[in-house]
Amino acid sequence: MAEGNGSKGTGGNGAGGSGQNGGKKSPVSVLVEGAKAVGAQAAEEIKALQQPEKTDVWKSVLRVKHDETPRSRALGVLSNVFLHLHPAKINRDAVAYSYTWGMGGMTFYVYITLVFTGTLLMFYYHPSKVVAFRDILYLEHDVPFGKLLRNMHRWGAHLMVIMVELHMFRVFLTGSYKKPRQFNWVVGVILLVLTLLLSFTGYLLPDDQLGFWAVTVGTNMARATPLLGHDGPFGHQFGMTPFNDVRFGLLGGSIVDSNALLRAYIWHCVAIPIIASAFMVVHFWRVRKDGGISGPAPVQLESEIKEPRKL
Amino acid sequence: MDFHQLWSIFSTPDNVPIVLLMIVVPFYTWYGLRQAFANDKLIGELEANPALAKTHHRKTQPWKPGWVKEVHVWPYLLRIEFLAAIIVTLILMVWSITLNAPLEEPSNPTLTMNPAKAPWYFLGLQEMLVYFDPWIAGVMMPSLIIVGLMVIPYIDENPLGNGYYTYKQRKFAIWTFIFGFIILWVTMIVIGTLIRGPGWMWFWPGTTWDHNRLEFTVNRDLPDVFGIKGRIAKIIFGAIVVGIYGVVAAIGIHKLMNVTSFAKKIYKRMSLLQVATMQLFLICMLALPIKMIARLLFRIKYVWVTPWFNV
Repeated sequence: MAEGNGSKGTGGNGAGGSGQNGGKKSPVSVLVEGAKAVGAQAAEEIKALQQPEKTDVWKSVLRVKHDETPRSRALGVLSNVFLHLHPAKINRDAVAYSYTWGMGGMTFYVYITLVFTGTLLMFYYHPSKVVAFRDILYLEHDVPFGKLLRNMHRWGAHLMVIMVELHMFRVFLTGSYKKPRQFNWVVGVILLVLTLLLSFTGYLLPDDQLGFWAVTVGTNMARATPLLGHDGPFGHQFGMTPFNDVRFGLLGGSIVDSNALLRAYIWHCVAIPIIASAFMVVHFWRVRKDGGISGPAPVQLESEIKEPRKL
Repeated sequence: MDFHQLWSIFSTPDNVPIVLLMIVVPFYTWYGLRQAFANDKLIGELEANPALAKTHHRKTQPWKPGWVKEVHVWPYLLRIEFLAAIIVTLILMVWSITLNAPLEEPSNPTLTMNPAKAPWYFLGLQEMLVYFDPWIAGVMMPSLIIVGLMVIPYIDENPLGNGYYTYKQRKFAIWTFIFGFIILWVTMIVIGTLIRGPGWMWFWPGTTWDHNRLEFTVNRDLPDVFGIKGRIAKIIFGAIVVGIYGVVAAIGIHKLMNVTSFAKKIYKRMSLLQVATMQLFLICMLALPIKMIARLLFRIKYVWVTPWFNV
């Protein structure tokens, strides 16, 4: 708006000036005058840019002021899509590292790192028995930072498993699964299982001896499933063979081969991340809906136990 | 003492997470329990002094009248999260630069790895294969672990210790979880990673992994130890022994759940279904160390031998 008005004004001045004088003005001086006016205008606008937060562009992106008033601090969190899962204010003790160990949040951060590095790895990897192993060699030796990328994905995955277990340990030690957070603990257990499955399906993808035999050992357990595996109790009586049991379904064949590689790839890169993300959304949502972080809560005494509610 | 062997086990890239686990699990156990004992001390003081209990803010965190109870998420929480993200990124970067992800030879179904190991987080289950058939170790036990974890919030009727660390108010729960998580899960992973060598034989740390080693141990089934012959007799004998174990374990667990007057009070709050569920999962959990002792010390292979399944 400011710009539009300014340019119109300059044009008008120039036209009026030539009319008033009546006499002839050299085209050069008209040009110089015009340039001076534009220069003054530009200087003014540059001066205005010293306060970028007052421009329309700024205001259209960041809808609230970021001064140090309580109101804008609260709005800064609430009006931001990435931060809005946080409350505006929390208990002063809840920020203590000693209580939460930060494991849940760091697990989520490592998950994001894994999605990022994993997506980059997908640019260089074909889930095919013919080239999968060569792709890893290519990544390690030719792709710029390919080795770092693969290492970060590998160690990030291990780190995530450790962090998830420690997160669960903390939640147990603080009794945070108790009322009203029972269901969120169940969601957390599902996420733990999904984390292990994510890591396990990724293990086969390099198609080396390590992954191959680990997955062979792992999926051999499935053949012993009661009723549904051909080696399991009552599996034979149930009509199970190596070609129709639950292991066959997992591997897409009776041995760990190209179908197993493709299945592991799709579970690892598409299916489980989507499922896990859905459960994560629920998990974080429920943290807020169940009353925010569980503590550190004031200690309760034995004498204050209320009688249980009878059904 | 074969230091070279020791070093090669510890420095195998995929074993590094176990080394990390062996450091962080004891650390965080200490870190959590230290806060639990600090809270227990406070609880003791408040119980002895009801007047203080009415006015105290009931946390070990410092508090003074006039301090605000809540702080803004921005900046007091978000700066911590930001810092945590940077630190995790740094750790992951340094780890990935200094240590390469493992890559063995291309997968080869005709060349079996010895030992062929599952990924480290499943080594507890693989170690269980020594003591149980695959349908128990690979299918039943994982299912029981997952479902057992999920039911924890619904069978723990102790209302105390919700949102703060405590040992005194939750002795049974804390011992059970530490037993399940540290003694069974983590220790079995450590055994599977560091101690099990070629042929899944037991190699004490520091001994050489001898690929030609043979173990001449005769494992016997329990019915044979008692000289019981005949298929039907073995089935009945095994069922009786497993039944006796179940009853003895149930009585033992019942005793443990009623060991103090406080524990008795909590036990009274539980419904029949809650008690039965807890008993079922704890009996199954205790079966693992019992079978381990029977196998490692008394060379017992199966307790219950039937044509369809063996326990």
